[in-house]
Amino acid sequence: MSVNASFVPHSLTRRQFLVAGSTVSGAFVLGVPFSAATAGAGDVRQLGFFIEIQTDGHVIIGTNQPEIGQGVRTALPMLVAEELDVDWDKVSIRPMPLGIVKTADGYTWKYGGQGVGGSTGLTSNWDFMREVGATARQQLIQAAAARWGISPGTCTTEPGYVVCTSLGEKLPYADLVGDAANLGVPEESPPLKDVADYRIVGKMHKTIDARDIVTGKTKYGIDTRQPNMRFAVIARSPYLNGTPKSFDASVARKIDGVLDVFEIKGPAPGEPYQILASGVAVVATSTWTAIQGRDALRIEWDKGPNAKDSSEKFWAENASMLEGSGQVGVDDGDFEAAMAGADKIVEHQYAVPFVNHAPLEPQNCYAFVEKDRCHIIAPTQMPSGASRSAAWATGLERENIHVDFTRVGGGFGRRLTNDYVAEAALISKQTGWPIQLQWTREDDVKNDFYRPAGLHEMRAGLNANGEIAGWTQRLASASKYYRRPNMPDENLWEAELYADDFPRNIVPNLRLEYFHNAIGIPRGSWRAPAHTANAFVVQSFIDEIAHETGQDPLQLRIDLYGEERELEYGGHGGPTFNPGRLTRLIKFVAERIDYGRTLPKGRGIGLASHFTFGGYAAHAIEVVVGNNGDLSIERIIAAIDCGYAVHPNAVEAQLQGGTIDGISTALGLEITVEDGQIQQSNFHDYPLARIATFPNRFEAHILPYDENPTGVGEMGIPSAAPALTNAIFAATGKRIRRLPIKDQLRV
Amino acid sequence: MISFQVNSENVAFDGDGSTPLLWVLRDHFNLTGTKFGCGIGQCGACTVHINGAARRSCMTPVAAIKGRSVTTIEGLAAGNDELHPVQAAWLEYDVPQCGYCQAGQIMATVDLLQRIPKPTDADIDKNIRNICRCGTYARIRKAIHKAAELQAEGGSDVS
Ligand code: FES
Ligand code: FES
Repeated sequence: MSVNASFVPHSLTRRQFLVAGSTVSGAFVLGVPFSAATAGAGDVRQLGFFIEIQTDGHVIIGTNQPEIGQGVRTALPMLVAEELDVDWDKVSIRPMPLGIVKTADGYTWKYGGQGVGGSTGLTSNWDFMREVGATARQQLIQAAAARWGISPGTCTTEPGYVVCTSLGEKLPYADLVGDAANLGVPEESPPLKDVADYRIVGKMHKTIDARDIVTGKTKYGIDTRQPNMRFAVIARSPYLNGTPKSFDASVARKIDGVLDVFEIKGPAPGEPYQILASGVAVVATSTWTAIQGRDALRIEWDKGPNAKDSSEKFWAENASMLEGSGQVGVDDGDFEAAMAGADKIVEHQYAVPFVNHAPLEPQNCYAFVEKDRCHIIAPTQMPSGASRSAAWATGLERENIHVDFTRVGGGFGRRLTNDYVAEAALISKQTGWPIQLQWTREDDVKNDFYRPAGLHEMRAGLNANGEIAGWTQRLASASKYYRRPNMPDENLWEAELYADDFPRNIVPNLRLEYFHNAIGIPRGSWRAPAHTANAFVVQSFIDEIAHETGQDPLQLRIDLYGEERELEYGGHGGPTFNPGRLTRLIKFVAERIDYGRTLPKGRGIGLASHFTFGGYAAHAIEVVVGNNGDLSIERIIAAIDCGYAVHPNAVEAQLQGGTIDGISTALGLEITVEDGQIQQSNFHDYPLARIATFPNRFEAHILPYDENPTGVGEMGIPSAAPALTNAIFAATGKRIRRLPIKDQLRV
Repeated sequence: MISFQVNSENVAFDGDGSTPLLWVLRDHFNLTGTKFGCGIGQCGACTVHINGAARRSCMTPVAAIKGRSVTTIEGLAAGNDELHPVQAAWLEYDVPQCGYCQAGQIMATVDLLQRIPKPTDADIDKNIRNICRCGTYARIRKAIHKAAELQAEGGSDVS
């Protein structure tokens, strides 16, 4: 989700060698480790992968990336299977552990970069996985050619076989894999298939491990069961940066099954987080006993330095900061002159709240720390981060820490941070036992790296033709980069305002200005970081400009986005942004929903579109608002342009899910603080939307563009909320400028 | 000692009777298909059947099920290699994203279809109150209608 050094797409050069061996089951493993030097960086990164071809022709493909519901465990093996040329229904998958290797220059990847965030899981492996499959296929061809005594050039493949038409012969891969593994790797990278020839990629396939999910067999992190495992929970400080002054565990210790109680030290205020909070750990023979033990603790808290933090104070501070002048991040053209010469000025403020990630599987981690090694099993988006967290907690070298990662019960950016891994490792180290640390929902709602909240002031100056000549976005917010190691204050704005986002390079005189609010709430990457806030603000403001200047909201967008052309885009998702792709999408959704028809009072259609980390999406939403303020979403049209859809079924699912996430969050979700304490605790006061909110008239469309896939996990969310609030305005004339919508429609 | 049945087997729990059934299933019987999401009856991830009716196991003290029969997602289908029609419908529409809520969604749907064999969208809205954080609701809705059809067609398990 955030741009992170470990997400930099691999720039593969040449494969160096190929190894093979027999597995325990007697099947052959065809491993294709790569060694590739990153251009300019000078560090050699060892990348690896494996394919197993069983004697009966079944193929097991290793998956090296965390599956958080985005479909990567299906999509990446599709790429390998396509180039390898095997039947998809013969493929199964095997999750791989974290692979890191110590070198003279530090740690490097063994199985390729592992980690999912920023919608890069697919794009950063697109070339890599295809080359793995193509190389293996090439080896199999060479092995067959050698056996037949002919040139490899006269051979080809059909699914699972090497074929020589002139000889009229074919050999199954399963018979060739041993020979293939002993051959050197071709000097030239084998050519990759034409997209037009794909049989697997780009076609509708189901989630490869769905049957295990619907039968309850899938093991998530929370389902880890290991010999002698004990269960732990932590009573964390309810005060931001608070600490236990003293605690009385005498009652807790009397509970049958409570084994140990001890203090856990959190980071000093202002210091980077390894874990989120100080607290008291309870270890017991079962989860429930540990929770009972925790309930029985009597803890006196030192409220710490943030005891006076409150949402009220936060919003007041933001408003007063906007009275002054802030850090100017972008200053194109002559903004002041454009505003001074404007025929009309439109100006509004918008507030976006803190929100919780709330993955449905609460944080948990299995850790077993022994004298010279440690085993971690965690639901994580960033297994290498898990390894670092465990190393921090245990003092062990990372090569002695084995990290397995499970299918993850939701990520949304929360599990880019491995604080719960560090906690579990601390507890296991202290007790010497294998530990499953379990967070309750209350722990998760109250202890998170929340989506940053902020107050946005928007101002636009229009000339006599209704064209926008000057534009500013002034944001007072709590930056996501707060308390990051080695993060200078002057960079804090970059996490919250992306310099090259629309309308940069479209509106000539443009200024972005930032004010940082250092409230003590931890914050982090929340699905489509900054984009969810900025799409709401900008797409609402465009609507307001249109209404206040007598223009049509659709036409104004079309005029601004314009024709296809590549604009420079320096941030994650670049190097270019083609606003014409938004024109196409917004026109498409408008047409599908029959935009422009006359609607009765109380019914309205709203539109929005946004460019997110390389991908494009648009929404059209139709609502009815009753006289009492009852909101009903009648129809949703969502469309995505992700370049090329590798795994269209998952693209559609992500678009549906992102749309639902955006609407659910806009409708009712907000984290607030009072007296330095988070006010919400569970789903009764953090009410995720349920099925009844979403109509059956809900279309999700994929509009293919070219042969280059973009990510898809985050693109579906940003334009959903503004399409909804724009629809509410169209229906009622009521403009939502503060999220969540909650009861603002009640009259 | 609290005796009851889980997936047609006789079992006994020898601990604190106030322990929620959820944790007894997960920690004592290693039946981890039933999930913990909220612990307060809000999300439905922990939904099981008690004497055939959907219940939130996080809100059910194990003492309360003495002598009763519990079905979990692991025991829903008639046989090991078979699928309940609701599971089959879930696969047909490829409902799961992260998948974490889906056992609960399926258990809730089986119960719904027992009460209302051919639910309307409004019936679904009213009766399916389980949370899916990934937002699979669009596919859940289709899969529920499909499951209703599959059950009407035969009601027997498919493999
Ligand atoms: S865990 Fe039981 S309803 Fe959420
Ligand atoms: S599929 Fe992830 S919570 Fe429903």
